[in-house]
Amino acid sequence: MSKTKNVVKTQLSPMAKREERWAWLFIAAPFIGFLLFMAYPIGFALLASGSKWTGVNSLIGNLCGFENFIDILTDPKFWKSMLTTIIYMIGIPLGMIFGLLIAMGMNRNLPGKRIMTTMYYVPVVSSLVAVAILWAWVFNFDYGLLNTIIKFLTGHHGPNWLGDEVWVKVAMIIFMTWKGLGTSIILYLAGLQNVPKDYYEAAEIDGATGWEKFRFITLPLISPVTFYILITSLIGGFQVFVEVQVMTTNGGTNYSAATIVYYLYDKAFSNGQLGYGCAVAVILAIIIFIITAINFKYQDKWVVTD
Amino acid sequence: MSTIMTKEKEVLEEKEMNRKKVKVQSKRRKSTREKVVDVIVFVLLLAGALIMLFPLIYMILCSFMTKNQILSGSLTLIPDPVLIGKYSEVLSKGSFFNGILNTVKVEIPVLLIGGFTSSLSAFAFAKMNFRGKNGLFLALLATIMIPFAVVMIPQYVLFTKLGWTNSLLPLIIPGCFGNVSMIFFLRQNLYSIPNDLMDAAKLDGCGYFRTYWMIFLPLMKGALGTQLVLWFMGIWNDYLAPTIFLRSEKLWTLQVVIRSFNSYYAIQSDYALIMAASVIAMVPTLLLFFIFQRVIVESIAISGIK
Repeated sequence: MSKTKNVVKTQLSPMAKREERWAWLFIAAPFIGFLLFMAYPIGFALLASGSKWTGVNSLIGNLCGFENFIDILTDPKFWKSMLTTIIYMIGIPLGMIFGLLIAMGMNRNLPGKRIMTTMYYVPVVSSLVAVAILWAWVFNFDYGLLNTIIKFLTGHHGPNWLGDEVWVKVAMIIFMTWKGLGTSIILYLAGLQNVPKDYYEAAEIDGATGWEKFRFITLPLISPVTFYILITSLIGGFQVFVEVQVMTTNGGTNYSAATIVYYLYDKAFSNGQLGYGCAVAVILAIIIFIITAINFKYQDKWVVTD
Repeated sequence: MSTIMTKEKEVLEEKEMNRKKVKVQSKRRKSTREKVVDVIVFVLLLAGALIMLFPLIYMILCSFMTKNQILSGSLTLIPDPVLIGKYSEVLSKGSFFNGILNTVKVEIPVLLIGGFTSSLSAFAFAKMNFRGKNGLFLALLATIMIPFAVVMIPQYVLFTKLGWTNSLLPLIIPGCFGNVSMIFFLRQNLYSIPNDLMDAAKLDGCGYFRTYWMIFLPLMKGALGTQLVLWFMGIWNDYLAPTIFLRSEKLWTLQVVIRSFNSYYAIQSDYALIMAASVIAMVPTLLLFFIFQRVIVESIAISGIK
């Protein structure tokens, strides 16, 4: 009995076989693309990460085992850029809190809701390079808009936003929060609209206060969205590069604005240490992989069932 | 073919019905206290939206100012006198025009060929039967998680070896193999179309490619359009890949050009010119966003809920 079942399973009818061949042909393009531009480069990066390869010398002839990784993990510049990358992530909870508050306001179905959502979303669709250029000018020490306003209000000259080792981080966090806020608002708004209205009505009958309704209905029911924003922002946060390159010169004073990807770019394309750069890429891939794994582990929690 | 026609009609009618259903909303009368809160919330939200837009408005204002006004250090926002010369100055620069041309040269083949390969494989994944369908789809989906920074060094070496870095091919060819997030969205969209349509086509002896081209492609027009608009914006705003892959200045895409303007003209303190260039670089994506904002916002929201 079981034998015949197997035969039925593996032997497809000519019709089904024909369908399968066509289907494989139809999905061939993205898979060839994946093999050429993703799988092969990843394998290559793994190999090159163990070599003192510069692109000019021989890759295989300069294999050095884990030397690159040891060099990276003992390089103060690497740890500095890692720390900066994490400090920039202070912007993530900030953006989420503002995003949720604004979305809750929007969810009151006020007039002009759509226009206001658009206004908050404009920075998201704007060219990153263009707005980074704009903000570099806003943060300009001598003539920038921000310091002009500070001078106008307080009479004192504002900080050297992009030149100071600490202020540059504040500036970048302000910039990134501004650029990304619209996404959190739209995601939270969609999440809030999915919360059934009768939950609130039932809570009102039970005499729940506004805070209680927020704490025990809204917050748990939109937790999937919160989790999604957190994970995608963390993954994005480890890949920050363009704003650093556009807004600062050489990664800022004493490398104070540089991120992991900036460090990678610097080593690979400014110093020509391609093998070393690949090793940084492998470390970055491991970090992203861990975040993704956490995401998958708790995914069932954020797929809401009502 | 007649069975297909009637099926198609049914599907469209059903879609229309669903749309109408969504529009029905429960309307509840608001108390005076709630109305007062509404007004306060509205004012706060509007103030926030204006603060978000202010840097962009300032950018436009700056592009019309004289150098003296920009560097005066006093808080003046209205250009006096209004100078429109910077825009014609930017547009008359060969490198700027060339940048736009290069970006367009990348956009057209990628959107045409990539849109075709993506929709074709989405059709196969959603409507055809073949072994390993789910596994292959998940494998493809997992590649979204791989950051570009991880594969950029090997890709750079690959493109150099192929001799592509003296052309726009490194930006064009990978895109032609399709876009995974687009495949994901189109597959999702195709699920809402009943399988009967597929069966009817099979009964009528309609070939698989013809079924895709004549029946399903027209049905996913809307979703395909939205995804193409998003992809257009992504290519238009891309900066990292062009900076790494393009050797010669003649090949620079628009974003690389405006970034080079920023470093070059900042030394001359010609901020009006820099702002004018950035404004022009932002206009196409912003226009597209304003036209398609409803569907774009919807598709962003879906990504968070799914």
